[in-house]
Amino acid sequence: METTVVKSNFKSEEYFINMGPQHPATHGVLRLLLTIDGEIIKKIEPDLGYIHRSIEKMCERDSYQQIVHLTDRMDYLSSHINNEAVCLTVENALQLELPDRVKVVRTILSELTRIASHCLWWGVMGMDVGALTTYFYGFRDREMINDIFEETCGARLTMNYNIPGGLMFDIHPNFVKRTKEFIAHFKTKLPEYDTLLTGNVIFQKRMKGVGILSKEDAISFGASGPVGRGSGYSCDVRKHHPYSAYDKVTFNEALKPDGDSFARYQVRIQEMWESMNIIEQLIDNIPEGDVQVATNAVIKLPKGEFYQKVETARGELGVYIISTGTKNPYRVKFRSPGFSNLSLLNHIAVGGKIGDLVASMATLDLVIPDIDR
Amino acid sequence: MNISLNITETIQDWLMSMMPEGVASIAAMVSVALIYLIIFAVAGLYLVLLERKVAAWFQLRIGPNRVGYWGLLQTMADALKLVSKELTGTVKADKFLYNLAPYFVIISSLMALAVFPFTKEFQAFDINIGIFFLIAISSVGVIGILLAGWSSNNKFALIGAMRSGVQTISYELSVGLSLLTMVLLTGSLQLSEIVESQKEGWLILQGHVPAIIAFMVYMIAGTAETNRAPFDMVEAESELGAGFHTEYSGMKFAYFFLAEFINMFIIAAIATTVFFGAWLSPFGITESLPWLGVFWFLGKTIVLVFLMMWFRWTFPRLRVDQLLTLEWKYLLPINLVNIVIMAVMVWLNLTIKF
Repeated sequence: METTVVKSNFKSEEYFINMGPQHPATHGVLRLLLTIDGEIIKKIEPDLGYIHRSIEKMCERDSYQQIVHLTDRMDYLSSHINNEAVCLTVENALQLELPDRVKVVRTILSELTRIASHCLWWGVMGMDVGALTTYFYGFRDREMINDIFEETCGARLTMNYNIPGGLMFDIHPNFVKRTKEFIAHFKTKLPEYDTLLTGNVIFQKRMKGVGILSKEDAISFGASGPVGRGSGYSCDVRKHHPYSAYDKVTFNEALKPDGDSFARYQVRIQEMWESMNIIEQLIDNIPEGDVQVATNAVIKLPKGEFYQKVETARGELGVYIISTGTKNPYRVKFRSPGFSNLSLLNHIAVGGKIGDLVASMATLDLVIPDIDR
Repeated sequence: MNISLNITETIQDWLMSMMPEGVASIAAMVSVALIYLIIFAVAGLYLVLLERKVAAWFQLRIGPNRVGYWGLLQTMADALKLVSKELTGTVKADKFLYNLAPYFVIISSLMALAVFPFTKEFQAFDINIGIFFLIAISSVGVIGILLAGWSSNNKFALIGAMRSGVQTISYELSVGLSLLTMVLLTGSLQLSEIVESQKEGWLILQGHVPAIIAFMVYMIAGTAETNRAPFDMVEAESELGAGFHTEYSGMKFAYFFLAEFINMFIIAAIATTVFFGAWLSPFGITESLPWLGVFWFLGKTIVLVFLMMWFRWTFPRLRVDQLLTLEWKYLLPINLVNIVIMAVMVWLNLTIKF
């Protein structure tokens, strides 16, 4: 962005506006306190707490099976992956050896969740830059995934399909067929996303060179997921610390070095292709076997500290449990990707226009309940 | 068959038989104004319906289909609802300007409709500076938007209004210049004469290359004039909530809303008149039935309206500085060069006439 400073006697005054908690671009109840000079943003202060439900505190009250259900309500767009994170932590602490079937099914469902989340993101991303049609295209494809989930898990948003020790029940007989149908369908529809939005000149002008985040800053702000990878920071947990069946599949980590909004956009589109790739490798040979290993009705973790991280659609979700050996955790901490990604908003959007702020914020893909918990 | 549709004169003649001349002409004007008002208020509502249907077609939806057959009464019902709603306002608003603003917008839109030649006779007001009148009147609307944003005492509304001011002032240049390019070709500002001159071929064919450039510039600038996507800075939903009309409700909001659609119709109607031969049928196929001109005029206009809706439902929004760059660095220089090309072409008599 070139800016030329014109000197004049005209005095401009900074003013303050309140973006949110009810604002179309904040996708929920995020409140941004903006200091603006004309159209140019001088300062952004995110104000959180509008949807704080003290999930971490509630976890101390609940048993380990119950904690899983609370995590659905954090990042509701990747609820299945959140569930998996808690289950993995508990399973690792108990040193359970899971059947291969569980691992593969969890991986397939996680990747479906990722595609669904990115579809929704793509839809609202378009809306944020003013292209209203994208919303319906994104939701059309997400709907098919929701139907698959509905058959297998009985839920469309808050899955609750993982339990410590495996899966709640076996997959639906239609699961394989419908997933294959979806992959075939989505392979023809994902190029439509590019024709409608990616290739558009206006869109590229809005995204390229806007909201630049360097690799160093990405690391120091703790950016993860597509936000970090858009800055060339290789941070895919699936690749570096494989869990479930990710060590059995080959896939590329989507990396773009540019660090601008367009790079983050491209990373997510690329990730949808990679997710389809992963599902295709697993869907044809889901191993037979049990879907659970027996655990005690009351799970008691050994005394100690346990940490497990997974890659949600938004980035790295860490679950940190301190156990004193009772049926409840002593302390639970979730390292949510949205919180760290929000913290760099001020860094990337200051100096831009209001339109740039909205576009950059859309590429961070914030889910507010994930930030507030 | 020649059904005379020169409504002003017909009504005036009929009224003259009953009352003195002065009163009769005033009564005729008022009645014509009322007829136009009713026709275009309803037309505006159906443009809203068309937009919703077009949006639905683009967005894999069905659109309104519950109220009336094919949703035909949907917008009527919406209008009735808006009429019956309470007019809420902000306490700290500048009451006088706040209430005045919607009327500026809607009146300026409706006034522009007077000069369009729907057929040879169906034209309420054929002045010799028709094009000038249109450009002048269509720029009054922005005052209403500025007033609305200023008087609402809302920062989002104010930002929207300021953007609108910047945008409309810039893009009016392009609208004006591209229309002037065509005026060079016809040598008249009067709309009826512009239409007459197109009997030898629509101006977009007569003027070929510069006319096509002028048309494209006009459509871009015209879309910006109406504050519609991809130039909807004014009410950029994801940035400013509802922009300048954030604080308006009920019928006052409806005036802004209706004005947007009538403006879209006006921009398309000007393009129809100036580039596509207004009521003239292609190759003169219905020359013996002049009243069919209304059909041709509206048909061409609707095609252009559809084009503008197509823009809206596929393009993302520009940023405010990109919007100004587009106008001042691209459209305006292109336009100025285009005018010179057109002048040279007319001078050398290089136009195509059939």
